[in-house]
Amino acid sequence: MAERVLFKYIDDPKQHQMDTYIRHSGYSALKKALKEIKPAELIEMVKKSGLRGRGGAGFPTGLKWSFVPKNSGKPKYLCVNADESEPGTFKDRQLMEADPHQVLEGTILASYAIGCNHAYFYIRGEFVFGHQRMAQAVEEAYQKGFLGKNILGSGYDLDVTIVRGGGAYICGEETGLIESLEGKRAFPRVKPPFPAVSGLYNCPTVVNNVETLACVPHIVNRGAEWFASLGPAKSPGTKVVCLSGHVNRPGNYELEMGTPLRELIYTHGGGILGGRKLKAAIPGGSSVPILTEKSIDVKLDFDSVAAAGSLLGCAAVIVMDERTCMVWMAQRLSEFYEHESCGKCTPCREGTFWLVEILSRIEEGKGTMKDLDLLLSICDNIAFKTVCALADGAAAPVVSAIQHFKDEFVAHIEEKRCPWPHRAFDFDGFVQN
Amino acid sequence: MNAAATYQTVEKAGVRVAVLSPATVEKIKHALGRFPKPLSAVLPAFHAVHEQFGYLDEPMYEAIAEVLGVTRAEVAEAATFYTLFPKQPVGKNLIMVCKNISCALRGADNLISYLEKRLGIKVGETTPDGKFTIWKVECLGSCGTAPMMQVNDQFHENLTRGKVDALLEKLAK
Repeated sequence: MAERVLFKYIDDPKQHQMDTYIRHSGYSALKKALKEIKPAELIEMVKKSGLRGRGGAGFPTGLKWSFVPKNSGKPKYLCVNADESEPGTFKDRQLMEADPHQVLEGTILASYAIGCNHAYFYIRGEFVFGHQRMAQAVEEAYQKGFLGKNILGSGYDLDVTIVRGGGAYICGEETGLIESLEGKRAFPRVKPPFPAVSGLYNCPTVVNNVETLACVPHIVNRGAEWFASLGPAKSPGTKVVCLSGHVNRPGNYELEMGTPLRELIYTHGGGILGGRKLKAAIPGGSSVPILTEKSIDVKLDFDSVAAAGSLLGCAAVIVMDERTCMVWMAQRLSEFYEHESCGKCTPCREGTFWLVEILSRIEEGKGTMKDLDLLLSICDNIAFKTVCALADGAAAPVVSAIQHFKDEFVAHIEEKRCPWPHRAFDFDGFVQN
Repeated sequence: MNAAATYQTVEKAGVRVAVLSPATVEKIKHALGRFPKPLSAVLPAFHAVHEQFGYLDEPMYEAIAEVLGVTRAEVAEAATFYTLFPKQPVGKNLIMVCKNISCALRGADNLISYLEKRLGIKVGETTPDGKFTIWKVECLGSCGTAPMMQVNDQFHENLTRGKVDALLEKLAK
């Protein structure tokens, strides 16, 4: 297994405490940066490292930072996207709970790079424990002089405020998050203007994911070249991969970018439960097209997964064995998008509702062959036709399920029932320990 | 409806306004100091008020609006967007079971049926003694430890019947 970078101390039960973090060379990157590295140089360094955003889109982080205008005369903001709520994803939660200072150090470094004096840390409302850990880390950092006025005598000031969300998936969309921070309903904004130019309070704003920021101290400590040398040239670094579903050892695994899906499932994940056959896997959280067992050798990096017809997204791999009904799976995911659609754009609000209606009737054996065309037509009418990407994510699992498993949809319609009687998985038997 | 359904209000200009505790007001005022615009403190205010009452409703929106110096409509507009805060009283233990894909693949549907049977209520209902409410919710970010549920502030993961039984017994006391 490759070297663990972000997860190096993840199993240390005291890693969340300031003194332990410092003993493990914590805040050395901050000290180095404030002393030796100018903000513009730090942006260049992160650009050179090749770091791409870990929140799903994979946008180059340094480039995003460089879009912030230097002399707008307005305050600049950093918003930390800790609203992790993509189904299948649970990496940011572990990073915040087990190693909150690593995330905070990255936050301070990013703020310093873009010239922000007040960063807002938007954490999912349900993450009560993660919030406690982050709040304690922020308090300790103020006490140590890593936050507040004149940090370590550098003349640089930074405040960090943690805001807890209210249970809305759309707040993970960067402009939805900004609207929510402004106290409004989290309706995503039309882009452009992009947040870098006009974001929070119409000021230049960068929104970065937790895992992205956690990479930054390591880039400062060990250099852009070192980071760029890990994994494939176009998506370097390590990646925390969230493995869930029908595997023997689900959990978070920090692997080099480009690790094959087969290695993830069969080596790290201990294979499929009960030695069953793999049927399908969703490689990037629920909003991306599903892959079949034919793609088992795909490498888990942004470009390779895209070439295989899906997206790496936030690298949340959901594994489904041969007993899984694909109509049921698509129905379950569509219910999520229906529930989380913010309602701003009509195609998404209405389309996600109809996806659930139609998939439900097929699953109940009341569908017709026309319903298959209708599903594809709805997907075609919502994906890429709305303000944000939620509708694209709603369409992806449905379209790909029909594409790869049309025979299963047809079987439901012809037999007038779901042919998978064991789809309601038992919960006791699945727990290994 | 349990005991939490009643709380102190005052009437101002014909409108019922919830009486917030000094601690709640303090939390909201602290939040106000962290933002350049007062409406931004509305989410922290929801958390503070939710902590005091266990849910949010109209007289509480009035009270929040008063402390923030914004309109009641602005507060209500935001509050009704967020599902984390119940809009009416719930049981002492709010059980939120994740039913999304990763949990469903590991038996969430059966977990929900089991809870319904054990507590004698359906999803969305509260037990007559006011001790338990069951909600079915979307992904809680605990997919590697499925199936799971959140009870009030606490996550309970890798659930088995034995674990659920022991937990319900403990919470019923």
